[in-house]
Amino acid sequence: MKAQVNGTSRDLAEGTSVAAVVTLVGAPSSGVAVALDGAVVPRALWDRTIVPDGGVVEVLTAVQGG
Amino acid sequence: MDDPLIIAGREFRSRLITGTGGAANLSVLERALVASGTELTTVAMRRVDAAGQTGVLELLRRLGIEVLPNTAGCRTSAEAVLTAQLAREALETKWVKLEVVHDEETLLPDPVELLDAAERLVNDGFVVLPYTSDDPVLALKLQDIGCATVMPLGSPIGTGLGIRNPHNIELITSRASVPVVLDAGIGTASDAALAMELGCSAVLLATAVTRAQDPERMGAAMRCAVEGGRLARLAGRIPQRFWAQASSPGL
Repeated sequence: MKAQVNGTSRDLAEGTSVAAVVTLVGAPSSGVAVALDGAVVPRALWDRTIVPDGGVVEVLTAVQGG
Repeated sequence: MDDPLIIAGREFRSRLITGTGGAANLSVLERALVASGTELTTVAMRRVDAAGQTGVLELLRRLGIEVLPNTAGCRTSAEAVLTAQLAREALETKWVKLEVVHDEETLLPDPVELLDAAERLVNDGFVVLPYTSDDPVLALKLQDIGCATVMPLGSPIGTGLGIRNPHNIELITSRASVPVVLDAGIGTASDAALAMELGCSAVLLATAVTRAQDPERMGAAMRCAVEGGRLARLAGRIPQRFWAQASSPGL
């Protein structure tokens, strides 16, 4: 199945969790947040939240700015 | 003299809030932040980049500086609300510098989207510090819906044009009951001092320091300017006069 991860189309196995996507993009262990289809997924739910086919995942962190 | 800045019940000794954007590297940024004496500093939220992280969070934590996430780059209320919620999740803070800009050329706040986003975020329990235009009416509306500060611009972001409408800033400071933070447009130390003399409670700046030829020295200059301007405001300046008035006794 396919999902959009940080703006890039990715082939993911069925049942891929948000936690797995966070690892996939190489996110650091802290200071990270995830939105799935435009809604925040709390960190406590990353393991059991499954990315649906065609899902849009954004993995964000803090950078220099402002 | 004990004269803390208080935002949403939290005390800061420094009245200078800084940004982290524009610095050539983290080492330059660190020296500038330390020299500025800031205790509250903004960061932006962006996609995790496979090329690696910036390390800005680790730097701020090491320096004991509070992190203030912003919603820079957002153009609609919905985008800004989601970005603030992501920042809260990632950084474990309910504080947010709310930015909703209308277009890339001016980076001026979109007042309609801004007010809507501010209201949603206040209702969601955020401590909202909105970047706003220098419109005194909009500033009061932002205060009335529950924003923790109002942060009017002096001039557009990154221009260094200083405070283009000092009277508007003074109208805002004379009527606001929440702290007024002059945000954006500061070019050099005299601009920061003027903001404080006009009654602002703090100054927020980034580019003026991070893109100065010597960011560390400009950080120190801004620290002094904000302190000097605050003291002058509290001291009460003399009225301006048309004719000279001798300061020495007559012969």
